[in-house]
Amino acid sequence: MKEELLMDAVERYLSKEMSAEEFSYFEDLRKNNADLDLAVVEQSHFLNSLDKYAEQKRFKKSLHDIELKLKLNGTIESSKVVPMHQSPVIAMFRKYKKTIAVAACIAGLVSILLSTAVTSIGTNDKNASLTPLFAELEEQAKKTKNLQAKVIALEAATPEVARTPIASKFRATGFMIDAGSNYIVTNAHVTNQAKNQLIVENSKGEQYAAEVVYVNKLDDIAVIKIIDDRFKKLSTVPYSIKNKNTPLGQQVFLLGFPKQEIVYTEGYVSASNGYNMDTSFCQLVTMANVGNSGSPVINQQGEVVGVISSRETNDPSIVFATKSANIYRAIQQAKKNDTITNVKLNSVSKIKGLSRESQIAKVSDYVFMIKGN
Amino acid sequence: MEKLEKDVALLKGLAANHASSVEHIYKENYNMIRQFVMTNSGSEDDAADVFQDTMVVLFEKAGSTDFELQCQLKTYIYSVSRRLWLKKLQQYGRFLKVDTMEETAEVEQDLEEHQQMQSNFVLMEASMQKIGEPCKGLLEAYYIQKKQMQEIATEFGYTNADNAKTQKYKCLVRLKKLFFAEYKTL
Repeated sequence: MKEELLMDAVERYLSKEMSAEEFSYFEDLRKNNADLDLAVVEQSHFLNSLDKYAEQKRFKKSLHDIELKLKLNGTIESSKVVPMHQSPVIAMFRKYKKTIAVAACIAGLVSILLSTAVTSIGTNDKNASLTPLFAELEEQAKKTKNLQAKVIALEAATPEVARTPIASKFRATGFMIDAGSNYIVTNAHVTNQAKNQLIVENSKGEQYAAEVVYVNKLDDIAVIKIIDDRFKKLSTVPYSIKNKNTPLGQQVFLLGFPKQEIVYTEGYVSASNGYNMDTSFCQLVTMANVGNSGSPVINQQGEVVGVISSRETNDPSIVFATKSANIYRAIQQAKKNDTITNVKLNSVSKIKGLSRESQIAKVSDYVFMIKGN
Repeated sequence: MEKLEKDVALLKGLAANHASSVEHIYKENYNMIRQFVMTNSGSEDDAADVFQDTMVVLFEKAGSTDFELQCQLKTYIYSVSRRLWLKKLQQYGRFLKVDTMEETAEVEQDLEEHQQMQSNFVLMEASMQKIGEPCKGLLEAYYIQKKQMQEIATEFGYTNADNAKTQKYKCLVRLKKLFFAEYKTL
């Protein structure tokens, strides 16, 4: 405490904030007390250095600001500064450098959303094969055409649904979570693609208009609702949605649309967290392809344990799924925001104990293609 | 002579950290230094660093009472920058390629003084890094940002200005110890 008093005194003494009386008293003290005198010299050297330091800091700050300003408006030359880099942006970049680095790592993930023109009839499907998954797609191209022919036939047979399919620029997967009010879950990165139209398509090729009711980009979850009156309500959803983490090693299967028809794939849960230890996700070993985004991950008990989101760039068998508990969270949040009113998630699976074939047959009707533009 | 008067006025503004003066000096000299550094194996960043260091030297000089500009400001800036870059190049074991401007001022003495002042700056910076929060933020708010005690009290959550002031002195004592400890390790 003594030292702090001295510090205060010396500071006021140096900056001449002392009254004349106090000042002369202090001067006298210094003269008669060598220790005090030494302390004052030391203090003043320190305070001086601090002042100079502060001064230079202030000066450097203004140098920095001015340099940036002049570079931005082109008064002084710079080959590096582009107009995007305004000072708040740079400040933010420095602050969040680490976060940005993490984000850059995440860019190493491949989104499993097929985002090429694939649906409009008559379009040469070879255009779609411009993705790196060329071979897989071309191999399916003929079958796809056959299927599309069937679709046309189907539509011709059922005039009320006969409509020209929309020109979709992507294809992904979604699955119903509540048949009573037609809510479907898919990925946020999927609905994000649908700037104009969002369409849900069943395995018969029937398309229904849908709208986004909730999006959580961090969890990569989106809830959409079929708003088309032509859609005939399905009976209760056969699977349940699990609200707990899934143990490692659990066998799971996916149903999704990596092609124009529903595809079944098996795998297992290989890690509790996702890419970069993202706790919203879990890791699977399976084969997911573009178009599988939004596919339900279902365990043997017929519980949905996750939603396929992305896969690792370097190893396509490493697939990340957002945890099914995030669906509960999404619903809760959406209810709070009043974007969803009545929704009921199944907590008991109706397909527990069934053979895998029967499970697939029952679930298939509740898994949809998600398209849009 | 007229030109010199303008330079002296600029230096006065610089010493007071007036943005308009700093900006003016930047506008008139930056591209020249950038050109010089970049034609002599330097990068864009090197050029910006050299110019900033030069500005700091100039700032110190402009603030000291005994400094008198013996030549044009432009020449002085060029000479300081040239010398600073030369030193950097020597550190890298490289040399100047081209050197276009012939007239250079005698800046060796000034740079030596700058070096000494800079070592104090480095010591203080190191001490500041070691002191930790809330001391660092508090001292910076008071000494660098020149905030009032009342404002600091509110910002840092002290109930009143007096408490903030007591804390400031405690921090100052700690900083002083660190500073002199750094001194000894030199």
